[in-house]
Amino acid sequence: MTSLGPYASFIVTSYALVAATVLILIGWIALDYRHQKERLRELEASGVTRRSGRQATEI
Amino acid sequence: MTLIDLANPSKFLALTARALPWLAGATAILLLVGCYQAAMAPDDYQQGATVKIMFIHVPNAWLSMFVWGVMSVAALGTLVWRHPLADVAAKAAAPIGAAFTFLALVTGSLWGRPMWGTYWEWDARLTSVLVLFLMYLGLMALWRAVEDPSRAARAAAVLTLVGAINLPIIKFSVDWWNTLHQPSSVLRMGGPSLDKAFLIPLLVMAVGFSLLFMTLHLAAMRNEILRRRVRSLQMMQASQQAA
Repeated sequence: MTSLGPYASFIVTSYALVAATVLILIGWIALDYRHQKERLRELEASGVTRRSGRQATEI
Repeated sequence: MTLIDLANPSKFLALTARALPWLAGATAILLLVGCYQAAMAPDDYQQGATVKIMFIHVPNAWLSMFVWGVMSVAALGTLVWRHPLADVAAKAAAPIGAAFTFLALVTGSLWGRPMWGTYWEWDARLTSVLVLFLMYLGLMALWRAVEDPSRAARAAAVLTLVGAINLPIIKFSVDWWNTLHQPSSVLRMGGPSLDKAFLIPLLVMAVGFSLLFMTLHLAAMRNEILRRRVRSLQMMQASQQAA
């Protein structure tokens, strides 16, 4: 790998920001999925069923 | 499987469950290869090592516009074809597009400081991309402000199509006006002006980020379908309790 030269901090900060933002996006989407599944399980436990008769969490 | 088949949310969820692991794997591999190639790329004769910022700035800038393009097609799907998943696709894409636009602005700013001597300049390219970012935020606010998803969908679809006017302005701003931002060096008449040593890592990163968008978009659409299922079940529960 070549040296990053006098502007290394700009390069490293750019890559770090991209990595952090992508990780935040992935984490947010994964947490949202868990949250929605949890809400569906709670609704199913309370006795609410879909019009199709299938379980709330079922695809 | 046709587009009509995908109108069924259950079929779409089944397809998503099968596709997501493959897409995530391909994304990770391509981004790792792209980062390795970016690290190994030579310094530019004028910019030195700061050219490495290009490998993340340009894909994010492309995707900031591409995602709005996807949302515009989805907006047509909502208004013209009334495809049930069109609004879901548009709503799920907006935060991801906003993130790509934010990254394009910030990495561009961090690239501009050592090269131009300033983090920001109110030139046509930078300003039109900032407007795009604000439009993403406005759309996200609109979806949150209107409770009924079908009403929000129509308003958001109209706003998305109006906002699409900004896409050619962003693309051609460097040709129409005298800007500090350099003209296009890849998507231009006469082919790319970049040397292969820079072009290949850039294209690998661009494909990697595009796959990242597809992965995140499918996952966010799945979440939105589940959110709407929760909403309809809560309404059924409320009507059962009222009866």
